[in-house]
Amino acid sequence: MTNNTQDKRLVLAKELVVALESNDEAKVEQLSDELTGFKESMLFQEVGRLTRQLHDTMGNFSGDAKLTEIAENDIPDAKERLQYVISMTEQAANQTLNVVEELMPVSQDLNERANRLSENWQRFLVKKMPFDEFKSMSHEITEHFNHSVESLDKIQTGMNEVLLAQGFQDITGQIIRKVIDLVQNLEDNMVDLVRVSGAKLVTEKNNTELDLPGPVVPNVDDKNGDVATSQDDVDDLLSSLGF
Amino acid sequence: MKILVVDDFSTMRRIVKNLLKDLGFTNMVEADDGKTALPILQAGGIDFLVTDWNMPGMTGIDLLTAVRADPNLANLPVLMVTAEAKREQIILAAQAGVNGYVIKPFTAGTLKEKIEKIFERIEA
Repeated sequence: MTNNTQDKRLVLAKELVVALESNDEAKVEQLSDELTGFKESMLFQEVGRLTRQLHDTMGNFSGDAKLTEIAENDIPDAKERLQYVISMTEQAANQTLNVVEELMPVSQDLNERANRLSENWQRFLVKKMPFDEFKSMSHEITEHFNHSVESLDKIQTGMNEVLLAQGFQDITGQIIRKVIDLVQNLEDNMVDLVRVSGAKLVTEKNNTELDLPGPVVPNVDDKNGDVATSQDDVDDLLSSLGF
Repeated sequence: MKILVVDDFSTMRRIVKNLLKDLGFTNMVEADDGKTALPILQAGGIDFLVTDWNMPGMTGIDLLTAVRADPNLANLPVLMVTAEAKREQIILAAQAGVNGYVIKPFTAGTLKEKIEKIFERIEA
């Protein structure tokens, strides 16, 4: 409060005492109004100051904190990314289970054949096998060899498929890391919001280091058409560069 | 033929190593980023480098640049196997001197094809 205001109020108060003592009602009323007026104008000034502060804060906040962008773009993106993680893990699980279901009977069949042949072979070794049966067994052994090669090829192919299916761990790991970064970013911005609105501190803008975009999530990262969505795309691009 | 496989995800290193084994390559070493890969390369004896791009510490593209800048390694064939699929990134890798570029997820066939192509070109 300025000295000037204080002086003016003192003058008014003294005049008010004089008016009261002389029972001058009209004067008392006028002086009281003037005194209250001081108080009101101070209140208005304070409200004005607070309004300006709020306005500045909101301005700083939307400029610095990028919360709007997070809410409008990053959160829906993150949902899409996590959805993609679910579908990738599901795909990998199904791929693996399909191979296992397909190969179980193959290895079971190999096992049964080997056991049967082994029994007969033992009988042959202890010379308890008639010649006719030996002939049919040797035929069976030849067939077993052919069959084994075929089955083991199938198993080899299947194992390679299972191996490749595990690639989801890398891809989904990278996607989840990105979502963790987003959550971290959101948390930082919320802390900034609290700080800015609490103490009117203007926070430093987060430095945006060059991020690697990582795995392409369908419907999120391929919207601008600036990504290769298949190995063929990559090959076309590289061959256009003279590769 | 000794191959260095560089990826920060151990699962992916195992996958690549197993696929390479299936293609007949048995002599392999691994590293989890460019920083650990570079000393292995500089020590000599590596004939082929398979590397991811996005890795903490030192990225694959930085590793590639370092390899091309080293007179002893400049001609080392490098295959990049990565989830990075932006056109500008593929171009960047090509400019940095990559010999092949495979995007994840990939198939055994793609890996085989790219490796064969790289060695065909070297022998030619």
